[in-house]
Amino acid sequence: MDIVTEALIAFIKIAVVLAVVSLVVAYLTYLERKIIAHIQMRLGPMRVGWHGLLQPIADGLKLFLKEDIIPAKSDKIVFILAPIMVLVPAFVVYSVLPFSENFYITQVNIGLFLILAISSLGVFGIVMAGWASNSKYSLLGALRSAAQMLSYEIFLGFALIGPLMLAGSLNMQKIVEAQSGGWFVFYQPLAFIVFFIAALAETNRVPFDLPEAETELVAGFHTEYSGMKFAFFFLAEYANIMVVSTVGITLFFGGWMGIPGIPLPGFVWFVLKLATMIFVFIWLRATLPRYRYDQLMRIGWKFMFPLVLINIFLTGLIKYLFL
Amino acid sequence: MHEIEESNSKIQTSTVTGTEEFVVNMGPQHPSTHGVLRVILHLEGETVTDLDCDIGYLHRGTEKIGENITYSMFMPYTDRLDYIAAPSNNLAWVTAVEKFFDWEIPIRANYIRSMIAEFSRIASHLLWLATHALDIGAMTVFLWCFREREMVLDLFETAFGGRLTVNAFRLGGLEQDVPEKFLTLAQEFIDIFPSRIQDYETLLTNNRIWIQRTRGVGIISGEDAVDFGLTGPLLRASGVNYDLRRAKPYAAYPFLDFVVPTGENGDIYDRYIVRIEELRQSVKVIQQCLDQLPVGPVSCKTPRTIKPPIGEIYHSIENPKGEFGFYIVSDGSEAPYRVRIRPPSFINLAALKKLCMGELVADVVAIIGSIDIVLGECDR
Repeated sequence: MDIVTEALIAFIKIAVVLAVVSLVVAYLTYLERKIIAHIQMRLGPMRVGWHGLLQPIADGLKLFLKEDIIPAKSDKIVFILAPIMVLVPAFVVYSVLPFSENFYITQVNIGLFLILAISSLGVFGIVMAGWASNSKYSLLGALRSAAQMLSYEIFLGFALIGPLMLAGSLNMQKIVEAQSGGWFVFYQPLAFIVFFIAALAETNRVPFDLPEAETELVAGFHTEYSGMKFAFFFLAEYANIMVVSTVGITLFFGGWMGIPGIPLPGFVWFVLKLATMIFVFIWLRATLPRYRYDQLMRIGWKFMFPLVLINIFLTGLIKYLFL
Repeated sequence: MHEIEESNSKIQTSTVTGTEEFVVNMGPQHPSTHGVLRVILHLEGETVTDLDCDIGYLHRGTEKIGENITYSMFMPYTDRLDYIAAPSNNLAWVTAVEKFFDWEIPIRANYIRSMIAEFSRIASHLLWLATHALDIGAMTVFLWCFREREMVLDLFETAFGGRLTVNAFRLGGLEQDVPEKFLTLAQEFIDIFPSRIQDYETLLTNNRIWIQRTRGVGIISGEDAVDFGLTGPLLRASGVNYDLRRAKPYAAYPFLDFVVPTGENGDIYDRYIVRIEELRQSVKVIQQCLDQLPVGPVSCKTPRTIKPPIGEIYHSIENPKGEFGFYIVSDGSEAPYRVRIRPPSFINLAALKKLCMGELVADVVAIIGSIDIVLGECDR
């Protein structure tokens, strides 16, 4: 295979993943609205298409055609750059996610490390957005966000060390294959709990949605954004939910690997697990109130941090003594 | 304008580090200031160091209007004070004016008045719970509460035709008897409502996050609460057992049996518990009203033009939000000489600064919610 064909295949793969992910992310908002609506005894979107199925497309079109307002006193370059800084890392990460046995864009031997490194760039965009907006609510939201995402990044990273010690590789495909004997969630329950809480905080979801707590900070760091720039933040948020969910199922639930005895293609298993994980995210949003800023930090540093350290220690000890 | 300048001049600047206090204008257009309240917050990080309330965005001169129209014409204006619980305001106005006369209000009318007042308490507390929970981030409670509030508003519609501003009562009784359908619908509501209260409690009462957000926040002691003139659930949550339905009974309350719930710590959580318990007590009161409802006329004979004797009266009732009173001065003519309203929201709001000092921004939102203000009544 010459280099041109190889590049062409890679390009097609990227295009497919980008298109599918954008569409799925758009429909994630639809799913969220529908699920929450039914929990709250409403119907949710019903008007555009059958049961509102075309609603995300109508929303996207609306955001695309809306007037794009740049506040007069904002820092214009940074203001425009910020949503791009948030969206691009969220999509770049998809390059190393294993969707199924054969379908992935690339395999890197530091896959997981790459995901963590790139996704942590998103916080820069948020801080930039908060600063450039020149609005007090945005600034408060950005400050909260920076503190929250930086500290929870640490717990997220530490929580992943346990499964990594078992897998012995940073390559996402190898991690999945290492779980053929049993999903890591059974060996690493502590790590999974910490990972899940940190993932909620990383993606600014309830009960840790402080950076955009609408009843306190209006809309947090994206208060001043409108039109397509706002849509970028929105897309990035949901893309990030998909990323952390994918990382979660890859590391703890065997990724695309199915339960033995049920013959389904790997990709179907992957979608099933991803949907379950995302449903839990949405379910939590409909159920829980919001933590306060200081409580969030306390949970992180006083409860979760010692827990992950203990987990790493125990994993290491058991591995050294028995394996 | 000068308030803003005054507030700006109070910004503290440190000459050493060149840092400046962070001043945030919360409102009048903000999702959780419950209407058009404006709070000027001085922040140190996220901690509140100073706080100013700016009210008056909904001022309509209701008291002055009252001086120019007759006693019965003022009724619809009272609807628009605490518009969350309009029939309660109507009740305060009719009982206040009736105090000038020695009319014999029919007992059936009194029972219906008490029942409607309790329904409006339920409607008000449901809206409070809905928005308060939403402020703290619990979204589902909001819509569940509105489902039941809708049923209460339907009841008002069945009985009086109006939903939000109902103009429920008339001087001397009611305009007409409530239809039979109202009584059956009321019984249906009373039968299902306790299980719905249980639903809200399932989501909140033992929820760790809810407890951490509300317990020990926005504390006010019983003595301080009395000094501030606080009334209603806010006062009772601080452990002071004061309820005008007991202290100065009106309508059919002397014949009705209910418990006045009180709290201990005077924090947001206690206010929540007190109001939830009040919902249960309201159900109890309405059940008694339905069981004991006597037959008979619903209005006494009243003169064609209502001209109270020269004099002044003050009469207050227990509104969902606290003591709601009218001070009326009569010069013997068809229109009052002076109407003064004692709005619980306005007086309870005065304690906001005391409650919020040293707390975080997120708590300010929760505290405003726990005071349960309605700006229509606060600004009048």
